Amino acid sequence: MNSDNEQFLIQPVSAAPRPTDSSASQVSLQELVPGLVQRWVDRGGQATTGQLNRSGNRQWSIKVPASSLADFCRHLLRSLPLYLITMVGLDERERSGSYRLYYVFGVDKSKEFLVVETEIKDGIPGSLLYQSITPLVPAANWYEREARDLFGLIPQGHPDPRRVVLHRHWPDGVRPLRKDFDGAYQPPFVLDDDEFRNRTGGEGIVEIPVGPIHAGVIEPGHFRFSAVGEQIVNLEARFFFTHRGVEKQVEGLDVERAVFVVERNCAACTVSSTLAYCQALEDLGGTVIPENAAYLRLVFAEMERLYNHVGDLGNICAGIGFHAGSQRGLFLKEELLALNETLLGSRYLFGLIRPGGVRRGLNHAGRWALREKLWWLREQNTKLVKLILGNDGVVDRFTNTGVLKNSSAFHLGAVGVAARASGVDRDERRDHPYGAYQHLQPTSIPVLQNGDVYARFLIRVEEVNTSIELLLQALEVMNQHFQEEPTLAVPLGDLPAFQSAFSLTESARGSNCHWLMTGPNNTLYRYRIRTASYANWPVVPRAVLNNIVPDFPLINKSFELCYSCLDR
Amino acid sequence: MLNKTIGNIINRVVTNSYPEKSKAVPENLRGRPEVILESCSGAGECARACPTGAISLNPWRIDLGKCVFCGQCAEVCPSKAIKLTHDFELAARKREDLVVGPKGEPVEAELARATALQPAGTAANYPPRLLQPPEEQSQEAAELAGPNPAPAIPQSLPLPLLTLSPKRRALPMSLTNPGSEGDLEVMENHLKERIGRLLQRSLHIRHLDSGSCNGCDWELTTLLGPVQDIQRLGLDFVASPRHADLLLVTGVMTRNLTIAAIRTYRAMPEPRLVVAVGACGCSGGVFTTNYAGGGGTDTVLPVDVYIPGCPPRPQALIHGLLLATGRLEQHKKENLKAGS
Ligand code: SF4
Ligand code: SF4
Repeated sequence: MNSDNEQFLIQPVSAAPRPTDSSASQVSLQELVPGLVQRWVDRGGQATTGQLNRSGNRQWSIKVPASSLADFCRHLLRSLPLYLITMVGLDERERSGSYRLYYVFGVDKSKEFLVVETEIKDGIPGSLLYQSITPLVPAANWYEREARDLFGLIPQGHPDPRRVVLHRHWPDGVRPLRKDFDGAYQPPFVLDDDEFRNRTGGEGIVEIPVGPIHAGVIEPGHFRFSAVGEQIVNLEARFFFTHRGVEKQVEGLDVERAVFVVERNCAACTVSSTLAYCQALEDLGGTVIPENAAYLRLVFAEMERLYNHVGDLGNICAGIGFHAGSQRGLFLKEELLALNETLLGSRYLFGLIRPGGVRRGLNHAGRWALREKLWWLREQNTKLVKLILGNDGVVDRFTNTGVLKNSSAFHLGAVGVAARASGVDRDERRDHPYGAYQHLQPTSIPVLQNGDVYARFLIRVEEVNTSIELLLQALEVMNQHFQEEPTLAVPLGDLPAFQSAFSLTESARGSNCHWLMTGPNNTLYRYRIRTASYANWPVVPRAVLNNIVPDFPLINKSFELCYSCLDR
Repeated sequence: MLNKTIGNIINRVVTNSYPEKSKAVPENLRGRPEVILESCSGAGECARACPTGAISLNPWRIDLGKCVFCGQCAEVCPSKAIKLTHDFELAARKREDLVVGPKGEPVEAELARATALQPAGTAANYPPRLLQPPEEQSQEAAELAGPNPAPAIPQSLPLPLLTLSPKRRALPMSLTNPGSEGDLEVMENHLKERIGRLLQRSLHIRHLDSGSCNGCDWELTTLLGPVQDIQRLGLDFVASPRHADLLLVTGVMTRNLTIAAIRTYRAMPEPRLVVAVGACGCSGGVFTTNYAGGGGTDTVLPVDVYIPGCPPRPQALIHGLLLATGRLEQHKKENLKAGS
């Protein structure tokens, strides 16, 4: 390892101390935050706090100067087990002459959020600097690099200065997410073949470049393995090949119209993503959606989880060439997709969620068809698992492969299946219940400690079962309380201008966080998508360390992350 | 082992037999939008509501290459004149053939071309401007643009001339330099026809995701599953472009993937076919052309067959692939014979 830049990815994470887990469940920001901020101010620091109540979740917002951002975060992290949910950059020069950064933190098993906000004044040359928190909170790595690529805000003390979203053919100094950048402008290509300057070197180390075009029906991403013999000693991944500029595109767009773009950001989590987007809008407008629509949203979200999980169970087998399992999984998934199409007109559940409710409902016959399919699936899922785990070779390949340590999962902010398989108990359906999840909860949320492929497989198996039960319960409630054609949606109404909100939902891959700020006349001013894949990709290079190269497809498929919703 | 063998014998065959027999399509399927002109009041709500600008008025026509089959037009129509049919086999060889009239009939050639050239996408600054430097640039950008202004589209672009090339992407010099890495000449038409004849029963496909949302990709994966199983038709996916006869491109053409896409195309042996999949591949769909790229596959590669849909159903994909190999005509003939 010859470069400083790589240290970050490969050395053990030297993050801020993490308060012990036992205390995590009792942390209350309500009690701790005012005291902590007071102590900071007493010591000569600057900070102002505010409080917001949004759909049952309390948000603390703290403003600190850019030059003491990391110091303040260190102060907080000493006593609070915070994890980074998302970070948003905002160009507000038109309104206040400055840029803003919002770091949204959460606390496990708590309904409270903490937003650290900082202002970066524009105008003075060389002033677009702030203290990077990546050395403290490794999860902030990509967010801060992204803010530099897109806004030109420079994180001081960031251990990895390379680009992330814009590749090297993008000219220096052109910042596409600034408000004065014309979104339709396409700068010239700058050719630079020296894409990976900081390579792992040394005697006996072989570099294996893979991608961006892979062998198979997969999305594009570039992986560069450094291996000693078969063993991977470093993996560098380059993504954002499918960067479509979604966030810039929706700026200034009517919120109702932007839904079509939002739902096509990613097909695998379209329901949960659109849901998070719509919930954030409803939060701002104070819209109360019909209860019937809330239940339908839950049903759609769980249908999405089911087809994803069932497909993933099979797909993991494709990673080791166990075709009996992968074909069986594909068959079950296809049955579910066909059901989606029969009931709702779209195999990937596009066009169901809208701000204020849902676009399409389920009639009585549809509910029955769904219920019958669920009974069938319950049986088929057991058979599928028996088929896969009944094979000793498969179990052998799964066990102890691609272990993601609990501490890595926590510090890199992993979510969803990846986190729960490594002992980090996070599930937005329970932690920040939304819509009908406030009344209906999955019977259990499985958590395992091993963090290997096997654990991630088992978590999915269990979640298929809980998801089926949850759906059956929801259908029961709907049959009892909602007649055939109740209202599906209410109008969103006028949204306050220049207000921000965010919402979290649980997709099949983990938590999705959509942060948005409205402009005048119900338009979007800034929109930031952070999907589960964005949170989870940084853990993959850690999970593959010390595994053999041929196990990479297996490990990768066990996380089953998307590129499209990461790249946006 | 024995159990499994017996089980496999007892299990029903799940593979369907499209295109020999088409299965009944589900009632809720959202296919090509159709207008009953008699009830149309000419309010134009549909054209305004459409997120991708697929509908144009006077005369009413729809660009299926842009349509994402969302049903919004049918929802907003005040006289309920629009309905979404079950017609999903929409693939066409020419981009302008995707522009159709109220009943799906072809429209006048010139009009079709002009309609197909309109940009797609959902954006506030619609229609987007192309390759224009920003009016008001940040200081850094202005410095950069000074000595090195955004280039006009290079004349020497060695890519084959397309039937439609409204907004050819400006490409780095080493890619536009003829002969630097093998030529991309215009493939002669008769050669293309020969691919059909030569490779009809054994066509190897290479998939390229140039910026899709995953939907189209997952549908391609379904083709390899037991239900669609395209191997029964002699079609198969291969790992390397060097083994491929056909490049199946999903998604908008992003800037970050443009160079890789061209290299992939160049790596394929000739004669080669390119098929654009989905609204994104045909026109860009809901995504606008912006700093990150965007636009359909034909902004960079010569496309032979366009398969509309968002995503196209697996059977629509099979339909499009068979069209690309020229087997569709054959199937139709056989069906006719069987029917008579
Ligand atoms: S995309 Fe297609 S279905 Fe949707 S509104 Fe436009 S024309 Fe109608
Ligand atoms: S056409 Fe539709 S499904 Fe296919 S990639 Fe584009 S948005 Fe996704």
